Amino acid sequence: MREFWVFVRKEFYHILRDRRTMMILLIMPVVMIILFGFALTTEVRNVNIGVLTSEPDHAVEQILNRLDASEYFTVKERLDSPDDIDRKFRGRELDMVIAFGDHFSEKVFDPEGAAMQLVVDATNASMAQSYTAYASAIVAQYQQDMQPGAGRKGIVPNVVLMYNPQMKSSYNFVPGIMGLTLMLICALMTSIAIVKEKETGTMEVLLVSPLRPIHIIIAKMIPYFTVSCVNLLTILLLSIFVLKVPVAGSMVALCVVSLIYIIIALSLGLLVSTLVDQQIIAMLFSSMLLMVPTILLCGMIFPVESMPEILQYFSHLLPPKWYIMAVRKLMIAGLPVSFIWKEIVILIVMAVLLITISLRKFNNRLE
Amino acid sequence: MKAVVVDTIHKSYEGGIRALSGISFDADRGELFGIIGPDGAGKTTLFRIMATLLLADEGTCRVDGLDVVDDYREIRKRVGYMPGRFSLYQDLTVEENLGFFASVFRTTIAENYHLVEEIYKQLEPFKRRRAGKLSGGMKQKLALCCALIHKPSVLFLDEPTTGVDPVSRKEFWEMLNRLQKQGITIIVSTPYMDEAKLCDRIALIKNGQFMSINRPMDIIRQFDLPLYAVKGDDIFRLLHDVREYKGVDHCYVSGESHHFTVADGAFDSSALLTQLQQKGHSAVRIERVEANIEDCYMRLAKD
Repeated sequence: MREFWVFVRKEFYHILRDRRTMMILLIMPVVMIILFGFALTTEVRNVNIGVLTSEPDHAVEQILNRLDASEYFTVKERLDSPDDIDRKFRGRELDMVIAFGDHFSEKVFDPEGAAMQLVVDATNASMAQSYTAYASAIVAQYQQDMQPGAGRKGIVPNVVLMYNPQMKSSYNFVPGIMGLTLMLICALMTSIAIVKEKETGTMEVLLVSPLRPIHIIIAKMIPYFTVSCVNLLTILLLSIFVLKVPVAGSMVALCVVSLIYIIIALSLGLLVSTLVDQQIIAMLFSSMLLMVPTILLCGMIFPVESMPEILQYFSHLLPPKWYIMAVRKLMIAGLPVSFIWKEIVILIVMAVLLITISLRKFNNRLE
Repeated sequence: MKAVVVDTIHKSYEGGIRALSGISFDADRGELFGIIGPDGAGKTTLFRIMATLLLADEGTCRVDGLDVVDDYREIRKRVGYMPGRFSLYQDLTVEENLGFFASVFRTTIAENYHLVEEIYKQLEPFKRRRAGKLSGGMKQKLALCCALIHKPSVLFLDEPTTGVDPVSRKEFWEMLNRLQKQGITIIVSTPYMDEAKLCDRIALIKNGQFMSINRPMDIIRQFDLPLYAVKGDDIFRLLHDVREYKGVDHCYVSGESHHFTVADGAFDSSALLTQLQQKGHSAVRIERVEANIEDCYMRLAKD
């Protein structure tokens, strides 16, 4: 066993002495969390509103005050004519225009209702949807405050945003980033680490030694497993304390699922390393075959449900999909473990399969 | 029991490239056996087959009495293998590299220090230096230490002196002679013909075939043609003009001069000298020389 631990120590030396790789390994998850959590957000914030009204109106002012007071909207300017809307949108000066009908205050209490129109720049469809939903909610709230218990409540759809009541997009991104980072670090780094030994010729020397291939493989995996656990911890701490995403479900279950997923990613890396001989190819292979599907097909950015059917079937084969699903249920929905048994079973089966295949494929010789 | 027995090994790679066709030889225990030939002759393929890294298409190979296919695991425990290119960890220090390979072979530096002592003494001042920062000669010495640290019964060295300065090369071969005295069988390959005479026996390899296997002296003794060396100022034009001369059988570059053999005993070197001077060559010197391994190689390769 001593030779095994000496091997593991050597692997740690490789990682610790390559400062750049170390930085990438440890800082990348932090950068990704912060980027996705803050910059690439689909949250409604700082939406500039233009107003189109024909005359000064009491109710209009009250609604505008409410919108302006919310953290989402800023009432930027009053427009003179509907013709200005297009120009303002194109100039990116405004994101939404609210047009109020004539005699708005009077008609609010009319059975016919008051006319109000929300015009949104819908180039980003999902954002546009959020703007209108937010604005409608504020208007509806106003209406209810004015006429508590009155019969017009039913007109405004009663939208309830479950699990993510503020529609914080970071809630959605955190599981995705966990799936992505762990895949990247485990799969990419392990495959590079093994292929590097092939490329520099040290694998040749290692093979002609009493070391068993399985020992070489496990010794290679242990350091990256450790690094991944550190990353998991960083991601969780950052999302809880910086992005304020609560872990609603069981922390233990979350860690167990993550560990299974890390093992899957490690064996994927191993599998890649048995197929290629050059570090650069291993890198391309891992990023094209593992990263891109993880980002695009596993519900990280686009919901799996809205993809064409054939891609949906394909996504069933991707481990990150199940992992992200399980993490969403555990972290955000706060469901008990009994709701994710399916994901856990699928992930375990995938892990066993991948380890078996990659061990089979690992070559005892050079050919 | 022979230390290494190779029997009619054939090996082709994908794309129909024939690397080895029908190689056979054996090496006695404690023998220093050299495989001499240029790049691409099949030396590395042969070494990899002997070191259990490649499977031969045909033929058998036994190392220490064990079959390289069936008993590869046992062989891997007792041989030392040093591949052609530098194959140590560049980001580990000299000491860490040696310590790592000692542990991998379930031994310690202290246990077999006497084997590597002579070589390692030279490396000791740099033991905290990263292997990647060593000179070419030092790297090879470290690699040899790492291949030796577990006291292998057979040592396979694939071109250990390629890219090493002449002084280090000489030292390296002295080390091999000392190791041999300790009973270690050494199979070594080299493209340098001058290193051949330092081996007990050599095999001359060309295009995946052995042309001759014998003691270096015997190979030289078998060279039965008169051999001349010619030198001049314009060495390139000289080669061409000597080849033109009737009676010159085979002329080739050998170091700083050209060597040539002649077809019959009637050859007159002064006539050649006169003709070369007429063609404008200056400082031409022609002399009769003794054949060396390279001449033997060229002769055999020509046939």
